[in-house]
Amino acid sequence: MINVIVELSKYVILTLMVVYTFHCFYMVKKQDEEEKNDALRQQLMLIFFMDFTAFLVIYLKTNNFEVIIFYIEMMVFFAAIQILYRLFYKKASLLLLNNMCMLLSIGFVMLARLDLETATKQLLIAAGGSAIALVIPVMIRKMKFLRRLTWVYAGIGILLLGAVLVLAKTSYGAKLSLMGIQPSEVIKLTFVFFMASILSGMLTFRKVVLATIIAALHVGILVLSRDLGSAVIFFAAYLIMIYVATKKVAYLGLGIAGGSVASVIAYQLFGHVRQRVSAWKDPMAVYQNEGYQIVQSLFAIGTGGWFGMGLCQGSPEKIPVVKNDFIFSAICEEMGGIFAICLILVCMSFFLMIVNIAIQIKNPFYKLIALGLGTEYAFQVFLTIGGATKFIPLTGVTLPLVSYGGSSVMSTILMLAIIQGLYILREDEDEEIERHRKEAAKRAFEAEEARRARGC
Amino acid sequence: MKQKKLEEREAAKRKKARNREYSFVSWFFVLIFVSLIGYVVYFNAVKSEDFINSPYNTRQDTFSDRVVRGTIQSSDGQVLAQTNVYEDGTEERVYPYENIFAHVVGYDSNGKSGLESEANFQLLTSNQFFLDQMKNEFRGSKNMGDTVVSTLNASLQATAYNALGDRRGAVVAIEPSTGKILVEVSKPDFDPNTIAENWDWLVSDENNSSLLNRATNGAYPPGSTFKVIMALDYFRSKGSFEGYSYLCQGSITLDEHTISCYNGTVHGQEDFYSAFASSCNCAFADMGSNIGAESMRRTAEELLFNKKLPLPSYKKSSFTLEKDSPVPLIMQTAIGQGNTLVSPMHMALITSAIANGGVLMKPYLIDQVKSSDGEVIKTTEPEVYKKLMTTNEANLLGKLMKKVVESGTASALSGRGYTAAGKTGSAEFDENGSSHSWFIGYSNVDNPDLAVAVIVENGGTGSQAAVPIAGEIFDAYHFN
Repeated sequence: MINVIVELSKYVILTLMVVYTFHCFYMVKKQDEEEKNDALRQQLMLIFFMDFTAFLVIYLKTNNFEVIIFYIEMMVFFAAIQILYRLFYKKASLLLLNNMCMLLSIGFVMLARLDLETATKQLLIAAGGSAIALVIPVMIRKMKFLRRLTWVYAGIGILLLGAVLVLAKTSYGAKLSLMGIQPSEVIKLTFVFFMASILSGMLTFRKVVLATIIAALHVGILVLSRDLGSAVIFFAAYLIMIYVATKKVAYLGLGIAGGSVASVIAYQLFGHVRQRVSAWKDPMAVYQNEGYQIVQSLFAIGTGGWFGMGLCQGSPEKIPVVKNDFIFSAICEEMGGIFAICLILVCMSFFLMIVNIAIQIKNPFYKLIALGLGTEYAFQVFLTIGGATKFIPLTGVTLPLVSYGGSSVMSTILMLAIIQGLYILREDEDEEIERHRKEAAKRAFEAEEARRARGC
Repeated sequence: MKQKKLEEREAAKRKKARNREYSFVSWFFVLIFVSLIGYVVYFNAVKSEDFINSPYNTRQDTFSDRVVRGTIQSSDGQVLAQTNVYEDGTEERVYPYENIFAHVVGYDSNGKSGLESEANFQLLTSNQFFLDQMKNEFRGSKNMGDTVVSTLNASLQATAYNALGDRRGAVVAIEPSTGKILVEVSKPDFDPNTIAENWDWLVSDENNSSLLNRATNGAYPPGSTFKVIMALDYFRSKGSFEGYSYLCQGSITLDEHTISCYNGTVHGQEDFYSAFASSCNCAFADMGSNIGAESMRRTAEELLFNKKLPLPSYKKSSFTLEKDSPVPLIMQTAIGQGNTLVSPMHMALITSAIANGGVLMKPYLIDQVKSSDGEVIKTTEPEVYKKLMTTNEANLLGKLMKKVVESGTASALSGRGYTAAGKTGSAEFDENGSSHSWFIGYSNVDNPDLAVAVIVENGGTGSQAAVPIAGEIFDAYHFN
């Protein structure tokens, strides 16, 4: 009997996800405010029903009452951020907020199914992060000096990353965290601020060189810490931001050429890079060693097929570090390939919205920040999903908001708050323009009146 | 009004120009996301099966909580493996043919092997009618796993098994035009019904290594069957078999190394066909020293020596000659001794490619997957694996091999109501001159229908042990 419910729930969850994904793209086209709000409300309902179905199944399969408690806590959390945003930031992008809730939801479902304790930790961090994030849009609006802190960002970044390199212990072959925190996650934000602040004023060749040196320091330290994933993400953000700021395709070409040379050198120099590549080329051949993770991941994705095994019906726990780097494979296994494709599409719409906000902003500093953060997000999604599916070699990064990882969730929520802040600023800008135009019209009208009056 | 619209359009244009790089970046990432999706689709549609069916994948084992392991059938409708469910819900895997299909069908306890491993996913997947599945779910009983219909022919397998008797060795028979594996026997064997009880003993018994599937994982010197590969190499370097002549004096000495013909027979003046048919060692040793190691290696590797084979489990065949290999080793290698090692399955694949105009079909064991209700879920379509040689080369090799049956070492196969072609071999494996008995060949030469490879360990010459077994298989195939 329970199996029937589980089997049916698969299709229910999938349908909800497909409709949600459709909304993400369709909504952008809608101009009418009323219609937009309708669609946003529907999205919330979809998230609600998806969570309800998923947690019902998890409860039925595990018979663990704590699952229900967790579910309630989670609902309170979602309700709280939805209400608080509506109260304090009327002009925030609710679609962005919905997407954040959706991605967190998917993560919570998978984590609760894998290990309730980590799910609870994740929820706690997400709640804390969101509380901090609540003040960020205000800060962005008030703190106009953020743009001038160029060298503070650079200093913090290099110091913290350097500290990790010197002090951190090695886990899973990389040096990542200090006292349970992964500084690279936070440095992702300061790095973008640094790049945006140095590139947003008068652009000189000297500045480009300086930006390059600082970026190279960041990436270099990360490579030495063997945190390849972050290194590649920083590099991508650097490249894209330089290109957009200078508008010179040549820099892009130069950067890609340099990056390729650096990869080849890294391949020759570092054994762990070679391992990653050999595990990517033929994981079955090195199944006992470096290929094990990726093969287990592919077993999960393959066994799941299009529709998945159903929640609690697969064995995603067989994949090492499934909660972090391989959450996508667990999703594929239990919720299916179609659901996973929808997930990729939601991530894509998430990214497109960020770029869209970047396009609408006029202030070049904020513009570059939005773009830089968006790039980091998109590239990270590409690295983790591409790695888990063996599309590209594995780099070991998290899927933002979905994977378990305190620092990752925290920094992504902060990133989103920053983008919300920028979005609100843009709306302010719009209003400003609108007001200017109205005032101008009013003045013109008064002048006309006055002339007419004089003419009479 | 018009002015205003124009201005707006201008403004939009300027905005667009200002944001050109931004849209470029977003398009770039859209491309990345789309290729990611494309890859996920590709993986699920095409690649996933390779991974699902990997013997390392233990995920399906959890399926067995909800599915009764399906049946394995032979192509002639016999049950090769079946799970009996008793009243109290206990299950037992039964193999009615006991030892006969031991290696190829394999076992399902103490790990998995053979078809039990290769088809594990299908056997544990139920495509029963969905209403029945529902009913089972509500009643809390298990669904019936799918039936795997193999390409194996039960009566032909039994013939080969009995013909091999209590000798060690292996027999493989393949349908050349499709790649269907009809027979795969390996001895010594074991009874999969009692594998759990006998496991410790089977694993520790290195003397017999009964668990080893000699058909696919055995490594034997090819003996004179390698002369087929030499003939191809000779043809490729000289362009024709015509005009070849050699005077056999019973032995040949090069670099102080002497090679003799079997029993020291002096074959006298020979052309290529007679040298091949009488398996003249002197002629081929001389030929090898003339053609040279590099050319031999190239041809051997084109016939998949040192290469992957299209099989789920096998031992790679090895060919070790290199540019500066010494002449004595080249001579030895040319007559199938030296360091060359090959599996019976690999020789069967080469033979079936010759029989199929040079084209090697991908060998397969799973013909169909059916639901337990009998509905066909999937049928394996024959698939070209690789063209190993040109049609002309295949035909010429066929002509050589036909002579072997008509007037050479396999003449026991002539006059049986069907035509046949082949090559015998005796592969020496110790200093006393004891040898494994080989035969490779196919029947119905104008339209080849069955390719076989037979090896009998320590069976003497090819004609003594292997040819009669091939004869029994061909007879059974054509007259039963």
